[in-house]
Formats: sequence, structure tokens, C-alpha cells
Amino acid sequence: MAQTIYHPANSRGKIDLGWLKSYPTFSFGDYYNPERMNFGALRVLNDDIVDGGEGFGEHPHDNMEIISIPLKGGLKHHDSMDNVAVISDGDIQVMSAGTGIFHEEHNDDQDEAVQFLQIWLYPNVLNVEPRYDQLTLNKADRHNKLQQILSPNANDAGVWIYQNAWFNLGNFDKGTSVDYALKAKSNGVYVFVISGSLKINGQVLNTRDGFGIWDTDAFTIDVMNDSEFLLMEVPMQF
Amino acid sequence: MKETEILIVGKNPDIMPVILRLLNKKPNWNGYTAFSADEAIEKSRDIPFDVVLLGAGLTDTEAGQVRAHFTVPIVQHYGGGSGLLYAEVYQALNIQP
Repeated sequence: MAQTIYHPANSRGKIDLGWLKSYPTFSFGDYYNPERMNFGALRVLNDDIVDGGEGFGEHPHDNMEIISIPLKGGLKHHDSMDNVAVISDGDIQVMSAGTGIFHEEHNDDQDEAVQFLQIWLYPNVLNVEPRYDQLTLNKADRHNKLQQILSPNANDAGVWIYQNAWFNLGNFDKGTSVDYALKAKSNGVYVFVISGSLKINGQVLNTRDGFGIWDTDAFTIDVMNDSEFLLMEVPMQF
Repeated sequence: MKETEILIVGKNPDIMPVILRLLNKKPNWNGYTAFSADEAIEKSRDIPFDVVLLGAGLTDTEAGQVRAHFTVPIVQHYGGGSGLLYAEVYQALNIQP
């Protein structure tokens, strides 16, 4: 029988630094909740809003797979491997921090806030050579179907990481439904509703709610209102 | 309040000072660095560490040496900065902020 966990949007943490408003699903920074540490290999799911002209100064990362998905606006990235880029809604960025990398990221606009999801997964191998990649996705390819945006395989759709994880984005119309079959029985899927409302396994999910499901081969998403959502399939043991 | 002695063992010469600074920002936390298993073991002769963090760059052999030597909680540190650091220590010591 499928196991599930429901994280309502208003149960997340809140970090308010003035220029940054972050809603972490799992413990992060000064937000600590021992009941909210991770979902399998998924360790960080931060829903971040950065004011215009502001951003994160240079800081390090190591041994973590770090994925950024902009939802609104542009995010300028600069790292110690001399990658300079702006990612915007429709893009996905990935860093394998490995032995260590420094980077900074700022809102590319001086006035309008940028919104993005910052996602960290435990890697399946430590101390790799750091790497950076980004990809522009065709948003039309997720209308009423799932669009794979991340996998463990360099030759598969989307970006790739050092973990047996698969991410899909969907933008579905009210009244539609979609089945999702897990790649491995030992995996689970964490669903994050970017907007809209939907139902999985009897649980209604609304904007910014999270829902984890595991010990199952597949599940169905019934879309109650026009919805955009992210599915993150990750190993539950790693 | 009891002081908490925290050792981070790792290889990255740029990241280690950042982690040390982050640890020492917390009241009653005292951070220490070691860049090898041998250095970690040597420091343990003088300092009664409460928790040991394994940072980036350690070989499996060195990580094994550290794990074999210490009897306090040993935690693999992930992320290399402030994101997970505090939660790792809180969880290892079963304490609240």
C-alpha cells in the first residue's frame, strides 16, 4: 500500500531577510524542524523570492546536486568555474558541487522580484569534479503532458545529475488527469504544486502544497483546476 | 550553557574557513578544522569534541580512519555552507536551536 506525506504550503518554514523571502519545505539555514529533514534524497526545496537588485553574494557549495528552476523573472549566476549566465522562466540550471564551488546569484532585474525554486539532492557519489549546466525548455511540451527536465543520464531529456532522480514538469488543464509510473520500486515521488489544485491518492493539493508518495509502482494525478506542478522522483534510501 | 566543540575534517582550503566562520557564529559553539584524518586525531587528544563533521575531499580511507577513532557522533557534511550545517549539528546532538 502506498505511503504518503502531506505538507501544506502554510506548514513550511519562513526565512525573511528583507530582500529574500524563502519558504523552505525542509530544514534549511536557521529554519530547523527535525520532522522536516528530507524526502529520500531530496534534501532542500526552497521557494525563494528575491527583491529587485538583490541576491546571494559569493558563497560555497560542496557535495550536493543543486537545481534552480526560475518561476518568474531572471536570475544571474556567476561561479568559480567562470560560468556567467542568466536563467529565466522556462530554464533549468544544475550544479554538481562535488569537491567545491563558489558562486553568486542575483536578481537580474533592478525592480521586479525574481521567484525560483532551489532544490538540493544528496549526490550518489561524493567529491566529483564540480560541473555546471543549464537548459532552456520548451514550455509547450508540458501542456497536458509531463515534460522530463532532469534524469541521471546525460543522453536523456533534460539536465542530468549524480543521483537516480527524475524530475517532470506539467501544466495541465482543469479536468484532465495523468498517470505516473515510478522508475524503481524503491523510489518515491515528491509533488510540488506551483499553482492550481489537484488530487493524488485522495489528497487535495493546492498552490505550493507538497506531497510525497512511496511504496507504490504508480499513481494518478487528477487536475481539479488549471495546474502547474513539479514531480521529483528520488531514491528513498541512498 | 555548555560549550559545544565541533570539528570539521575536510580538504577544500577555501570552503573550510567558511564553515569554521559559520560554526563560530553560533553562541556556545566552538569550531575547529582539520585537513586530514591524522590532524583530526591529533587534535582530539587536546579537545573533547562533541561532534565531528566530514567535509568534502576526504578519501574513503581517511573518512574511515576518522570514523574508527571517534566515539562521538560523526556526520557527513553536505552542501559546503550555511544551508544544511546547523541542522546537521542539531540533529547529530539531538538538540534544538
